[in-house]
Amino acid sequence: MKSNKILMKGNIAVCEGAIAAGCDAYFGYPITPQNEIPAYMSKKMVELKRVFIQSESELAAINMVFGAAACGKRAMTSSSSPGISLKQEGISYLCGAELPCVIVNVQRGGPGLGNISGSQGDYFQSTKGGGHGDYRLIVLAPYSVKEMYDLTYLAFDLADKYRNPALILSDGIVGQMMEPVEINTDIRDKRLEIKKDWALGGCKGREPRLIRSLIMEEGGLEKHNWHLKEKYDEIKKNETRCETELVDDAEIAIVAFGISARICKSAVKKLRQQNVKVGLVRPVTLWPFPEKIISDISKKVKKFLVVEMNLGQMVEDVRLSVNGACPVEFLGKPGGGIFNEEEIIQKVKDIL
Amino acid sequence: MNKIFGRCYSLKEIKHSYCPGCGHGIIHRLVAEVIDELDIREKTIGIAPVGCAVFAYYYWNFDVTEASHGRPPAVATGIKRCLPDKVVFTYQGDGDLAAIGTAEIIHAANRGENITTIFVNNATYGMTGGQMAPTTILGQKTATTPFGRDAKREGHPIRVCELLSSLDGACYLERVSVSNPKNVLKAKKAIKKAFENQLNNRGFSLVEVLSQCPTDWQMTPVESVKWVDEVLSKTFPLGVVKSQIKEHE
Repeated sequence: MKSNKILMKGNIAVCEGAIAAGCDAYFGYPITPQNEIPAYMSKKMVELKRVFIQSESELAAINMVFGAAACGKRAMTSSSSPGISLKQEGISYLCGAELPCVIVNVQRGGPGLGNISGSQGDYFQSTKGGGHGDYRLIVLAPYSVKEMYDLTYLAFDLADKYRNPALILSDGIVGQMMEPVEINTDIRDKRLEIKKDWALGGCKGREPRLIRSLIMEEGGLEKHNWHLKEKYDEIKKNETRCETELVDDAEIAIVAFGISARICKSAVKKLRQQNVKVGLVRPVTLWPFPEKIISDISKKVKKFLVVEMNLGQMVEDVRLSVNGACPVEFLGKPGGGIFNEEEIIQKVKDIL
Repeated sequence: MNKIFGRCYSLKEIKHSYCPGCGHGIIHRLVAEVIDELDIREKTIGIAPVGCAVFAYYYWNFDVTEASHGRPPAVATGIKRCLPDKVVFTYQGDGDLAAIGTAEIIHAANRGENITTIFVNNATYGMTGGQMAPTTILGQKTATTPFGRDAKREGHPIRVCELLSSLDGACYLERVSVSNPKNVLKAKKAIKKAFENQLNNRGFSLVEVLSQCPTDWQMTPVESVKWVDEVLSKTFPLGVVKSQIKEHE
């Protein structure tokens, strides 16, 4: 295996992951705390003779992605919370037209302009659809710089495989922190090659093609929505990703994603040293949500504790998955605040 | 016997949905004729707008996509930057281009995107039922200007070609109309030039086509073409607004 270890920032790891995955085109607009992404891409993509445009707005960026994706190219945009809100219309259209692309959200505190520190307040928006209509995004939640690289790479494959946008739901902390990352340079040779026999490119030697999300024919849109549902079911079946740690004998299972999970991980380690039987469930895909894994664990543990940097969003999905089998407690930190281990340790002890 | 007139290959043999007297049918035909004549059908990608012309993708016989309201220039940018050898054009109405999509058209023009825009200006919102457009002229009554457009209340009509003419990236801007055969021929010439500019990598070209909307104007088709000639073109004078095409080219 060819590999090299590099110290890099989370946001740069996203860029490297995208470039390795063969990202053909990047379109973005500056917003803190993801500014390293457009800045890095403006150099790298041009050097690689790929497409880079700093768009005039987030709306333009996501619609440039629409155009590039409609040509069968691997396209990406990145932004942070308020900017992602602006992209929602375009995301709905991409889903309706079944165009694959990668969207990166390096979350900041909200609502509104909020602040620029890391937050997890966009869980609902990402997993329940911030745009209009029935649609789902494949939502991946990295908790390390290494995962910023790996999951971005994976996102391109998943997007192509299912003709659906994939969203990297990161946050300002993972985006800004630096870690040594071992990059497996073999990985780029293994990327999924899918024949895009729907893409536009001029009708030479074939019938003209049409990409649209407007379906006005009688019953046509209902049929299309059921087709999307089948696709979403397929994604659920095949692509649910979740890490569990020390849950076999756990009395309390903590559920956390992204940077919260990273902090919970060390809290779990410390609690175990104090002989507290606690384990960690970390959804890597927030959609599809690891319902079954959580449901199975709910039959073994006494309680769940959901830890997230918001007012309680994923906790709703955990409660649905647990379906009353055991109590689900919540520890939240909204507005861009970050947990320390002690707060989590204390909360576990309080609910024991 | 020589065949001197027939159906364009770039138009499908489908009955279109436009009202009697509407200009879209003529403009579609002109675009298709130009694409046939330039022999670029197999490398053309069109972007259909929202509004009455949304179904243009059923009528054109080449690759087409749609865009959300106002965003065709961004979609076109994404396509053209990825496939610079293809011919990419947007077909947009006045609400699409001059209201909700003002930012996109200005910046696409300013970047000098090597695309072609056909901008259909009928001074009203057609599909939604004849409301005020950015191009509605002063005094014009619409569903949302029942007393006639008043500059103090609703602002002035936007002249898109003139607005874009200050941008260095805009290569060619011309306003035409399809109100009579003579103007139709001029319109075709302009549309052809706009596509040729793209083939010659000259950057952004836009042809603004004054078009009649008898239904929403509550006129007969004959009255509507007369209104274009006698009234609408006073606010929107026909002709080349900007051309950076060098004479010897």
